Amino acid sequence: MALSRRLLPLLRRGGCLSASASPARALSMAAVPADADQEEAVTVKGVRISGRPLYMDMQATTPVDPRVLDAMLPFYLSRYGNPHSRTHLYGWESDAAVEEARARVASLVGADPREIFFTSGATECNNIAVKGVMRFYRDRRRHVITTQTEHKCVLDSCRYLQQEGFEVTYLPVRPDGLVDVAQLADAIRPDTGLVSVMAVNNEIGVVQPLEEIGRICREKGVPFHTDAAQALGKIPIDVNQMGIGLMSLSAHKIYGPKGVGALYLRRRPRIRVEPQMSGGGQERGIRSGTVPTPLVVGFGAACEIAAKEMDYDHRRATTLQKRLLDGIRGQVDDVVINGSMEHRYPGNLNLSFAYVEGESLLMGLKEVAVSSGSACTSASLEPSYVLRALGVEEDMAHTSIRFGIGRFTTEEEVDRATELTVHQVKKLRDMSPLYEMAKAGIDIKSIQWAQH
Amino acid sequence: MLLRAGGRRLLAPGLRRVLAGGDGATAPAAVGGARAYHERVVEHYENPRNVGSFEKDDPSVGTGLVGAPACGDVMKLQIRVDESSGKIVDACFKTFGCGSAIASSSVATEWVKGKQMEEVLTIKNTEIAKHLSLPPVKLHCSMLAEDAIKAAVKDYEAKKVKLGQKGEVTSTEKAAEA
Repeated sequence: MALSRRLLPLLRRGGCLSASASPARALSMAAVPADADQEEAVTVKGVRISGRPLYMDMQATTPVDPRVLDAMLPFYLSRYGNPHSRTHLYGWESDAAVEEARARVASLVGADPREIFFTSGATECNNIAVKGVMRFYRDRRRHVITTQTEHKCVLDSCRYLQQEGFEVTYLPVRPDGLVDVAQLADAIRPDTGLVSVMAVNNEIGVVQPLEEIGRICREKGVPFHTDAAQALGKIPIDVNQMGIGLMSLSAHKIYGPKGVGALYLRRRPRIRVEPQMSGGGQERGIRSGTVPTPLVVGFGAACEIAAKEMDYDHRRATTLQKRLLDGIRGQVDDVVINGSMEHRYPGNLNLSFAYVEGESLLMGLKEVAVSSGSACTSASLEPSYVLRALGVEEDMAHTSIRFGIGRFTTEEEVDRATELTVHQVKKLRDMSPLYEMAKAGIDIKSIQWAQH
Repeated sequence: MLLRAGGRRLLAPGLRRVLAGGDGATAPAAVGGARAYHERVVEHYENPRNVGSFEKDDPSVGTGLVGAPACGDVMKLQIRVDESSGKIVDACFKTFGCGSAIASSSVATEWVKGKQMEEVLTIKNTEIAKHLSLPPVKLHCSMLAEDAIKAAVKDYEAKKVKLGQKGEVTSTEKAAEA
C-alpha cells in the first residue's frame, strides 16, 4: 500500500484519477497557490503552493522509470551479493546480472560488452577518458583538443592536465553552438593525443556532427572521446559508424538511477588508459571498486527501455517542444532560442527573453522547476560560459531559461508552464527599464552605463 | 482524496516537521534550500510598489539610471519633488535584475517618499540590505539602490541649475530691454 502511494506521481499520468478535484486537476498535479488550510502545501521561494512544482529540468536529472526500479529492487532485497564473490550463488547471480546489464548498455551504442566499463557516473568517465588517456601516452602525446562548451568536468580535467604540462586547445563554437569541423581538423597536431567533443550539450541541447569529427580523427589517428551523457538513449549512437574511441555515459539522464555510469573504451584499435582508481583490479583493471549491482542493473534496464522507446520519445519530445515554443512565442515577442534549432535534441529548449532577468523570472516561476543560464543563479555572478561561447551578449545571457522535456512530461504541464512563463515575462517586462527604452526606440547599446 | 493522500506521502516526514515548525513572520522559506528568499523580498516581487514612470522632461522629476545590462542589474529610480518645500512627494522605479534587485529598488521608492532630498542622501545600502535580509552575494543590489537614489537627486538638482540659468538669462535680457 505504501509503495503504491509512493508510485502515485508516476502512475498518475496513466489515467483518470477519481478525486474531488476538477477533471483538469485530476489529470495533472500542476501546482497552484495553496489555500491556507491545506496541510500538504509546500513553501517554494517564499510562497505556499499545493502540489509540487512541474518538473521541467530533465537535463539536470530525470525521474527513475518505474520499470527500472522494478528491475533493481530484487538486487537490494534478496539477490544482494557482491558480483566479485566467486565462491557462492550470491556472487554468481550478481555477476550474471552485471554482465547482462553490460550487454544491454553495449547494444544501445553498437559496442561489444567487453568495451563497457561501469563507473560512478559521467564525471568519473570524463576524468578517466581525459586524464587517463593523456597520462598513458604522456611520452608521445602532449596535446588535447576540446571545445569551449564542454561540461565542467571535461574542462576542469583539461585545466588539470595543463598544470601537468600538457597543452590544450579550446575550440570556439559558432553562434549556433556547433563546432567548426574544418577548424578542428586544422588544430590537430602530430602530438595530439585526444579530441573531446560532447555529443549533446546539456545547456543548449545542440547535437555536434559526431560522424564527421569521428571520420577526421580516424584519418589522423587521434582517439575521439565524446561525452554522451545527454545523448544516450535520445539520439541513435553507433560507435563504429561515428568513429568513437571513448565515450562517457550516465544513467540518471535516461530514467535510470543516480550514481552509475559507463565508459566505452574501444578494443580495435585498442585505446589504453591509466586507471584513476587503484584497488582490486575490477572492471579489467580500468576501474577498481565493487560494481554496484542494483545500480548497474537499473542502468541496463534503462538502456533496454530506451532502445525500444527512443523513436517514440523523440517524436513526442518534438511535439511538446513545438507546443511550448509556439505557445510562448504566440504571446510574447523578443524571444531568442539559444543554439541551433536544426541540430538539436528536442527535449532541450533554451530561451532568452529580452529585457527580463533570469533569476527574477525563476523567482516568479515557483510552480515550474527550470534552470537558467543567468549569473545570479550561479555562485560567481558570471553568466553561463556556454552562452558566452555562443557569442550571446551578456545582457541576453542573463535572461536565459532552460526547459527540459522528457518521457513523462505531459501536455498539461507544457501548457501550464507556457501560461506561467508568459505571465511572469509580461509582468517583469512592465517592470523593466530596458523594455521601456526599447519600446521608446532608444538603442540600449548606445547608452554609457555608469558602472560601479 | 487520493491526490491529497499522495501529496502528504510525498513529503518526507522530516520536511513536514520543518514546515510545521518553521512558521513565523520573518522565517525564510523552509524548503527553499540554501538560497532561500526572505519573505520581504518575495513580497516586493509579488506585489511591487511604485512600478512606473514619470515624464522624464518634467522639471519636478529627477531620474537616476544606474547599473549595466552586462552586469545583469539596471535600476531606474524617479522622484517627483515639490519645488517649494524640497520634499519628495512621489517616487517610482523600474528594474531589470534579480528578485533582490527588484526588492531593493522597491524599498528605496517607499523610503524616499515624503522625505527631504538631503535626508534621502543619507539612506545607506546596509539599511536596505538589513531590511530585506540580503545574503552577502546580493549586497551589490542594495548598493545599486543607494546609487539610484543619489543619482535621482543629482539629476533633479542638475535640472534645477539648468532651468535656473535659463531663468537668469531671460531676466537679464528683460533688464537690458527695459
